[in-house]
Amino acid sequence: MSAPQSPEPDTAADLAPGAAPSELRCTGAWVLRELPRLEPRLEALAAPAGDLVIEASGVTTMDTAGAWLLHRTVRALEARGRTVRVVALRAEFRTLVDLIASHTIVTGAPAPSPPGLLEQAGRRAYAMTVGSYGLLSFAGETAIALVRSVFDPRRIRWRPILHNLQTAGVEALPITGVLTFLLGIVIAYQGAEQLQRVGANIYIADLVGLSMVRELSPLITAIIVAGRSGSAYTAQIGTMKVTEEVDALRTIGIGPIDLLVLPKLFALVLALPLLTVYTDAMGILGGMVMARAQLGVSFTTFVDRLEDSVSLTSCLIGVGKAPVFAAVIALVGCYQGFNVSGSAVSVGSRTTVSVVQSIFLVILFDALFSIVFSYLDI
Amino acid sequence: MNGIGPAVIEIERLNTRFGAAVVHEDVNLAVRRGEIFALVGASGCGKSTLLREIIALQAPVSGSIRVFGREVIGLSDQAALPLRRRWGVMFERGALFSSLTVAENVGMVLDEHAGVSGALAAELAAVKIALTGLPPDAGPKYPSELSGGMRKRAALARALALDPELLFLDEPTAGLDPLSAVGIDELVRQLRDALGLTIMMVTHDLDLLWRAADRVGVLHEGRVLGVDTMEDLSRSDHPLVREYFYGPRGRAAREQAWKQR
Repeated sequence: MSAPQSPEPDTAADLAPGAAPSELRCTGAWVLRELPRLEPRLEALAAPAGDLVIEASGVTTMDTAGAWLLHRTVRALEARGRTVRVVALRAEFRTLVDLIASHTIVTGAPAPSPPGLLEQAGRRAYAMTVGSYGLLSFAGETAIALVRSVFDPRRIRWRPILHNLQTAGVEALPITGVLTFLLGIVIAYQGAEQLQRVGANIYIADLVGLSMVRELSPLITAIIVAGRSGSAYTAQIGTMKVTEEVDALRTIGIGPIDLLVLPKLFALVLALPLLTVYTDAMGILGGMVMARAQLGVSFTTFVDRLEDSVSLTSCLIGVGKAPVFAAVIALVGCYQGFNVSGSAVSVGSRTTVSVVQSIFLVILFDALFSIVFSYLDI
Repeated sequence: MNGIGPAVIEIERLNTRFGAAVVHEDVNLAVRRGEIFALVGASGCGKSTLLREIIALQAPVSGSIRVFGREVIGLSDQAALPLRRRWGVMFERGALFSSLTVAENVGMVLDEHAGVSGALAAELAAVKIALTGLPPDAGPKYPSELSGGMRKRAALARALALDPELLFLDEPTAGLDPLSAVGIDELVRQLRDALGLTIMMVTHDLDLLWRAADRVGVLHEGRVLGVDTMEDLSRSDHPLVREYFYGPRGRAAREQAWKQR
């Protein structure tokens, strides 16, 4: 009793007034590809008054889509108080229509109207509060795991630490180097104009040296690393969450934080200060090149002046911020990864949130450092 | 109803290799219109690869695969489109789009290809969801909110969205509890009978083979050992075929099937 399904196009499907006044004739192929043509015809159909007979001997093929459309038309007519009989429909098509009629068809409820402005603001504020609380408790959990692994150094996993040092540190050298070199050039160029006017050419070393070492180099490096590695952390842990690998770790008796978070945290806290020292040098190099080209300050003069102007304290302040930035990036990246739920889209949106949040927090912490340092007068 | 229709899928002298590993060696198979054809074999014998080659996701080294009389090997995505609209595929793990609800998963196919109004597309999606035996409230749910059996049914609903003539099922009962699996057996038969589908499935499930398959092809190390009905295959004296169907589980499934007749 398989329904014949002819591959070549059949006669067009139609439902039109038949010979007798109360008769509609149903003809052609009632299949999905005919539906775009058939649907508007049925909408426009003016059914004669009184009881109806749909004569369906002319139906050549029918699939579930056609069967549903016929069933729906009959149902709509009956809803208007008409009695409708479908006659001469082939047995196999009749079975199909009956099969569909036997199910309750529920189309989705209309989408709920979007919430008002106030509600949206409230929801956002609530989500942010919950999010910050979650981040704090995640930082706490990580701290506990950290203390535990310090007391039991065998738990430290060296292999992933080395791997992370490679990916987050060594592989970031080219991009961070080039960008801070260019930044040094830009700073020197901007400063040169002003200094030349007052004939204070030599102070270019102070300008470039201090701004690079204290502020720009740690900040820019942290921002690049947040974009490079923070996003990778979120995507990796998020995908592991979707594929239940995180749950698997837990059942094997390996703490997900021990294996997934601590090595990243260790590696980044180590790598970011080192990267910062390197970018300090690259930025100053850029400034030196520009200073010689614009102001005629030779490399030796520049370096001599640098020794006087940039104190060790300034260097340590800049490099000292880096571990804090590193901890922020690693924690936010991992936390957002663990927050991924279910779908592929969630991995994407969490990665976005991770990068935005870690850059935001890095700049926020940098501002806090400035305030503290100005109080301490260093 | 067995073996009377013309061939829908014809595979001739098919060879597949991944590097040095031989996956298929001189495979010949034909699936006829209106039958439920099952491909069985041990894990790693190339069943799923064969399925992927038939649906033009992967290309063999040599040979020919014709579906509805058209060669599918080497077809571009553009050229494969008219064929793909005539078949539906249910992947082993469902492959439902996780960011869409079940109704949207089905409706999306209709919106893309059917050209009907949004309201009618939504109704047709609901019809498909009902046909696969899902409760009406499954439509607005996301795949992650469904049980394994419901997810398989939802995947089936999406495969049926365009009213295909040919349906491919990859491990339709894998990972299901026995009750849900029985439900799928019945559903497969019901769909074939009601919609006149040709169904080709890849499976390990001996119960499903006994209950639903009209003909079964046994694949072993890249070769076809035999193609026949379950009754005849189980009487085969080929040692590997006997081993497959007469293992402890095979016997139990057969006895179960006889009892129910």
